[in-house]
Amino acid sequence: MNARICSPWEILRHAVLLTVAAIVLLPFIWMIVTSLKPQSEIFLSEIRWWPEQLHVVENYTKAFERAPLVRYLLNGVIVTVLIFALQALIALPAAYALAKLRFWGRDAVFAMVLFCILIPAQAIAVPVFLLFHHAGILDTYAALIVPFTISAFGIFLMRQFFLTVPDDLVDAARMDGISEFGIVWRVMLPTAIPALTAFGVFSIVAHWNDYFWPLIAVNSQELFTPPVGVATFRNEEAGTDYGPLMAAATVIIAPLIIAFLLAQRRFIEGITFSGMK
Amino acid sequence: MADVALAREIDANIAQGARPHVRLRRRRMMSMTAAVLLAPALVLMALLLIGPVLAVLLMSFTDYQLGAPTWSLVGLENYIELYGDRVFWTSLTNTLLYVAIVVPSSIALGLGLALLIESGSTLRAFYRSIFFIPVMATLIAMAISWEYMLHPQFGLINLMLKEIGLPAQAWLSDPVLALPTIAAIGIWQLFGFNMVLFLAGIVSIPSHLYEAAVMDGARSAWSRFWLVTWPMLGPVTVFVAVISAIRSFQVFDTVHVLTKGGPSKATEVLLYSMYSEGFEFFRSGLAAAIAVVFLCFVLLLTIIKARLIEKKVHYS
Repeated sequence: MNARICSPWEILRHAVLLTVAAIVLLPFIWMIVTSLKPQSEIFLSEIRWWPEQLHVVENYTKAFERAPLVRYLLNGVIVTVLIFALQALIALPAAYALAKLRFWGRDAVFAMVLFCILIPAQAIAVPVFLLFHHAGILDTYAALIVPFTISAFGIFLMRQFFLTVPDDLVDAARMDGISEFGIVWRVMLPTAIPALTAFGVFSIVAHWNDYFWPLIAVNSQELFTPPVGVATFRNEEAGTDYGPLMAAATVIIAPLIIAFLLAQRRFIEGITFSGMK
Repeated sequence: MADVALAREIDANIAQGARPHVRLRRRRMMSMTAAVLLAPALVLMALLLIGPVLAVLLMSFTDYQLGAPTWSLVGLENYIELYGDRVFWTSLTNTLLYVAIVVPSSIALGLGLALLIESGSTLRAFYRSIFFIPVMATLIAMAISWEYMLHPQFGLINLMLKEIGLPAQAWLSDPVLALPTIAAIGIWQLFGFNMVLFLAGIVSIPSHLYEAAVMDGARSAWSRFWLVTWPMLGPVTVFVAVISAIRSFQVFDTVHVLTKGGPSKATEVLLYSMYSEGFEFFRSGLAAAIAVVFLCFVLLLTIIKARLIEKKVHYS
């Protein structure tokens, strides 16, 4: 083992990979380091990798005072969790019907689902905005959540997964007198947990990070999601007070990064698996 | 297992023998169940996806403006206006240029790093995770960090350039540099995603192919790469290229926060044009026409991808 690690090729490999890793992490490192610096060390004409004077408390307190960061984070949690819960609630029964029931028009419905996967959310933002405007639900939590409650990709993914579940399992459940609706939640759902988890990771990361739609859908600061909140904070502070701004940015990305570090494999699988749509 | 099959057959025979109206009723029951299970999904799909797609097409032929008392059909007028608009052409070429920079670079980086990670046995998961962090970190927050790093006077990048004796650059306010700088952030964000897809592709190459290549005299890693790895990764690479192109087409966040399409339209991109027409000037008809153009490009790429998936399934 030692001989392998010390071979010239392995040393070169680690040298290159570590260099690239350092470059990739630089924006994160610099963001965190800056969030620790006092104003006087931020506007310097030389590189200072570590502050001489730590201003952690000052910067983070200022960030939390000037922007309702807790509110933003809370909104992020509310919106992402509700979106995923509703996506699952709506997609699982539909996926079960498409995979396990025989009925007139099934192929047409499935074709419709496939077509809906192709529609990028940004392309239909204008009519959805007008629809919500006329329905009077712009600038509410509903405006942030409703457009994403239907995930055609989620239906497709779950349907593909349900096809692999043996029919015998469904038949046995019917014999036991479980209703079709009960089969979805008590028989199919438990078998689908891995696929649903992968989809959930993808859904939550995508909607936590989404900027385009929340930017359009809400105006009130108390409804801002983390990305819109931090962008607004930046517009107010533009170029003046980088310490608190970097502190706010650090706070905004921290939850996802920590979750990622705790479950790296799940995140990578979930995002690449579902992100390929 | 045979018993189950037998039992099923008997069941089926009984069902066959059952009186026709009972069978019909059973089938009708199933259709009813399916309708109930599918109803929420169908309603929402119609209301939030298919309806809006049709609406965006229709709106692109109207002069609809939010807040205006009336609107009328104007035929192709919006498209004619776009055709004659220099800013729209700038926006389209900038978007294509952005895609043309980000796609090959993020593929090359993703593939190179995947090969390098797989060429050894130590710290593979560690590197994979590090390179994946930008994919999932909130891009808006990271764009703000990049903005400070790119600050002309106090930014880390220019300070580093100064250390090695190179001149400072106005990365985001120089019309020549602004788009490549936005593209560089795009590459930084995307390559980790491509790397993971390549890693999966490399792992799935059967090792006997490499053994055969060695027996055929491919002694160096270099010749084995060209003989085995690259041809075997061909389909994955095309797939990754299409996905990266679709993602790059949707560039918006960095432009909106860092440059607002400037300086002098140097970073104006399709989604940003659509956003400003639709949600800043509320010229919904024109915004819809831009959305249709955007939709055409994305659909074209998606159709290419679907064809590729079909092929892959067919071969396996």
